[in-house]
Amino acid sequence: METTEAKNIIRVLIAKVGLDGHDRGVKIVARCLRDAGMDVIYTGLHRTPEEVVHAAVQEDVDVLGVSILSGAHMTIFPKIIELLRQNQADDIILVGGGVIPDDDVAELRKLGVAEILLQDTPPQTVADTIRDLVTQRAPR
Amino acid sequence: MLFVIKDIRTIVIPSTELVEPVLARNPRAIARLITRAESGDAECRPALEALYAHTGRAQVVGMTGVAGSGKSTLLDMLTVAARKTGRTVAVVAVDPSSPYSGGSILGDRIRMNQLSGDPDVFIRSMATRGALGGLARATHDAVDLLDAAGFDMVFIETVGVGQDEVDVVRAAHTIIVVSAPGLGDDIQAIKAGLLEIADVHVVSKCDRSDAAKTIKELRSMLTLDVDLNRKRAWPIPVLATSSEEAQGVQELLETIDRHRESLETTGEIVQRRRSIAETRVLQTAEAFLRGEFAKHRDGRVSALVERVMAREIDPHGAAQELIAGLQTEN
Amino acid sequence: MIEPKRAQPAMALDDLERQIADWEQNELADFLARQKERKAQFRTIGDFDVKRVYTALDAAETPLEDIGLPGQYPFTRGPYPTMYRGRPWTMRQIAGFGLGADTNKRFKYLLSQGQTGLSTDFDMPTLMGYDSDNPRSLGEVGREGVAVDTLEDMEALYEGIDLEQISVSMTINPTAWILLAMYAALGQRRGRDLNKMSGTIQADILKEYMAQKEWIYPVRPSVRLVRDCITYCTRDMKRFNPINISGYHISEAGASPLQEVAFTLANAVAYIEDVIATGMDVDEFAPRLAFYFVSQADFFEEIAKFRAARRVYAKLMKHRFGARKAESMRLRFHCQTAAATLTKPQFKVNIIRTTLQALAAVLGGAQSLHTNGMDEAFAIPTEEAMKLALRTQQVIADETNVTNVIDPLGGSYFLENLTTRFEKEIFRILDQVDELGGAIKLIEDGWFQAQIAETAYETALRKASGEKPVIGVNKYVEEEMPAIELHPHDESTERRQIENLQRIRRDRDNTRVQALLQRLRDVARDDSKNVMPLTIELVKAQATMGDIVEALRDIWGTYQERPVF
Ligand SMILES: Nc1nc2c(ncn2[C@@H]2O[C@H](COP(=O)(O)OP(=O)(O)OP(=O)(O)O)[C@@H](O)[C@H]2O)c(=O)[nH]1
Ligand SMILES: [Mg+2]
Repeated sequence: METTEAKNIIRVLIAKVGLDGHDRGVKIVARCLRDAGMDVIYTGLHRTPEEVVHAAVQEDVDVLGVSILSGAHMTIFPKIIELLRQNQADDIILVGGGVIPDDDVAELRKLGVAEILLQDTPPQTVADTIRDLVTQRAPR
Repeated sequence: MLFVIKDIRTIVIPSTELVEPVLARNPRAIARLITRAESGDAECRPALEALYAHTGRAQVVGMTGVAGSGKSTLLDMLTVAARKTGRTVAVVAVDPSSPYSGGSILGDRIRMNQLSGDPDVFIRSMATRGALGGLARATHDAVDLLDAAGFDMVFIETVGVGQDEVDVVRAAHTIIVVSAPGLGDDIQAIKAGLLEIADVHVVSKCDRSDAAKTIKELRSMLTLDVDLNRKRAWPIPVLATSSEEAQGVQELLETIDRHRESLETTGEIVQRRRSIAETRVLQTAEAFLRGEFAKHRDGRVSALVERVMAREIDPHGAAQELIAGLQTEN
Repeated sequence: MIEPKRAQPAMALDDLERQIADWEQNELADFLARQKERKAQFRTIGDFDVKRVYTALDAAETPLEDIGLPGQYPFTRGPYPTMYRGRPWTMRQIAGFGLGADTNKRFKYLLSQGQTGLSTDFDMPTLMGYDSDNPRSLGEVGREGVAVDTLEDMEALYEGIDLEQISVSMTINPTAWILLAMYAALGQRRGRDLNKMSGTIQADILKEYMAQKEWIYPVRPSVRLVRDCITYCTRDMKRFNPINISGYHISEAGASPLQEVAFTLANAVAYIEDVIATGMDVDEFAPRLAFYFVSQADFFEEIAKFRAARRVYAKLMKHRFGARKAESMRLRFHCQTAAATLTKPQFKVNIIRTTLQALAAVLGGAQSLHTNGMDEAFAIPTEEAMKLALRTQQVIADETNVTNVIDPLGGSYFLENLTTRFEKEIFRILDQVDELGGAIKLIEDGWFQAQIAETAYETALRKASGEKPVIGVNKYVEEEMPAIELHPHDESTERRQIENLQRIRRDRDNTRVQALLQRLRDVARDDSKNVMPLTIELVKAQATMGDIVEALRDIWGTYQERPVF
């Protein structure tokens, strides 16, 4: 049976993990992903890795976007990756954002962060990147 | 807790194979099947059908009220209270989709964090995707799924309602309408046409000084509305809650339970179940028809339109012909 | 010698009007016919439209008494009658990383380089009220600021610094009252007169809910803590600024210059009303209210913004709050150049941006200034970057002579006109806030937040389209990223800090701490009491910041935002 509903709307969970509250960037990202036709689950500020992974599983998101501007990215991202594995959910595409030095960007990619979107990435680029990542992934 | 299923990460698992893991309350399986139900993919229908047989046990509670009235905050506290009684809890929280892009920002989860990590709590956000009554089309499917998965209580949070978005009445057994002080001069429940649908009225944010006034007004509205009270065996309570020190939450949970008992003893539960079932049948049928019309838009529909334009047939006759055509096809 | 002739009496304004019409028809029209202007409409970054040229006609809209003189109501031209001719602004570079002792070294270095005040940045756990060994602090201890858990950390932080001679500013908000208590306790321990210690805590919680999003408790109890800081300082630390009402973070979150100032003043109104409600006279505490604004990229707009802020504040204090003392009406502000304008590509260009922004702050009459390091788009600044930033201020102060004349741009047709337009718009927004129920209610409703998010989104789109040029980012882009040396993070920080903390917890009199915490809860429940004295006792008894924060979280809970997009 067919309904009129749009199929396969991309689901993205956007979270601020860690203690910093700089949400100017994530809110712009959330908005441009919505305007690109995606469902964005916004979990707010000051989340723990456990909370976001738990939410990402229940929401069955395609992409988990985590923004960190506190400098704690090398502690927090590895933890999230580990938790995704433990929950058998590492098919969820992990995308990072915030202020992250180049050396760390390279290291994080190696660890399994699919893409890092730094500050001032134009809104359209963010949406395109997310869509490309989801399209490239095997169907599920 | 982990049910042994084929690795959901690497292969496309047929929905029917998710039925068992859903019944075993595997979170990934539940989550994935809800996504498929949302996408309207026919592939998942047999699975949902199989699961439907396992539904009917959960206590389904709808929570509605204008935007920002405190629904999510209250649900977070209610969940904690219900967990303390040993019950498992699921929440389906609905927010509107953008009419322009079809996308959405779903923010109810922000407040539901007290029990993050508890495997006996499952929260799912859902966009309306064009549905108008305050719920998403897949909300019913999600509720069934969670019911089948064995959650004792399933809460539905509607979108922050404006006018007449009351579909939740035909989706839940108990309806809670939340009003908050200071969101405008009128009691919002009245403005939004929610007064009559409530089984329980809640005035949230009672830590605020203007709350007493809201409670008083709501109470007097309810006593004035004689009709409302004559109709029901259940006198509609007005409860005060506050997120500070979780005030009034225990009482609310007890009230919900008492309402449930009252439905059982008066037998009204059967009527409510019937009304939910009826809505589901009719809505699904409508959606089905709409889908069919869309499918045939360029073919059969447009041929009929041409004939109407040429005055060979009138619109009514064309519609009948269209539907008759669908019937013979199926 | 011949008496110099006085200028001709001013041309009558209607003559001027005629002259302008004539100019438009002739010179201008001819020119435009040959070459169009770059744009159809020119605007400030904050979206004020600006004309081709301003004349006495435009300045005439501003009554002369609104321009006035420095150090005199309405203080448009500056809070003091001598301004930088007496003493240049306080050069106050912010610093903070690692443990107290690490930051202390940077402080001493900056003072040796000619800095005249101290400003302290705390790490995220300290800002948010978590002890360093709380799981939520993992990876953040001593990283973006200095870690402070106990009075002992505070001691190390200001070791060897004379608290009566050097003014100390602390960028701290939800936990400000605890650091104020530590600072007071430190002064007492060192035998200092609290009434002689000068300095500032930021303690501006309302702008946190609006913009920077560092919070612990719900809005109303948090505002009460601010009120307690204000009333405590007014009575017992008379030279200390108990609050720094801040627009900086509102701007960094995306607001326009107008929104920055208007929202900041709306917050000020809320704080002042709250203190007055305790029965304190406005002239008793208002003189110690201090402000903090950004200096952004649009040069004249910023100068007009600062001047308008002073004028509006003076009028508010006088007419709305009935202040009688001049000190209650003059707005004093700390200023920081705009971190949001710094870029990673071609990062050295940041020095130039910062220089121009610093000049705008000085021409706008700032009382103290922090200039950003060129590397702050990457990480916290290196010593070298901080030195260059400090030198920027020193060049302006010592080499340019802009400090010799007060408000040298006063009387500029354009600037006076823009200042007055700012003033009108600020009052319009303040009226709107009043009509809708006041700043606190509107914060809870997300009213300000929605407008800030909207401006931020528009700015992002303008940057992406190139409509807002950013050199090195969307214009004159270079592929190559120059190498940069960054401030190294000492990986042993967290361990060292946690060891100290746990030793202190082991060695202290725990029963006493618990008893004091219980008393603190009781005091907190009683809105008519002040939490400061007991908090000072607590930090002296070596209670940690986390102990104190959690005790009150038990009764007040945690704030939950309803975000708007
Ligand atoms: N003072 C006070 N504020 C509350 C209380 N409950 C909720 N709030 C605040 O009210 C705002 C809205 O709360 P939500 O729980 O998101 O309301 P909602 O009805 O779910 O909102 P939507 O889903 O957007 O329609 C938030 O800022 C809450 O912090 C309460 O009991 N007291
Ligand atoms: Mg909600």
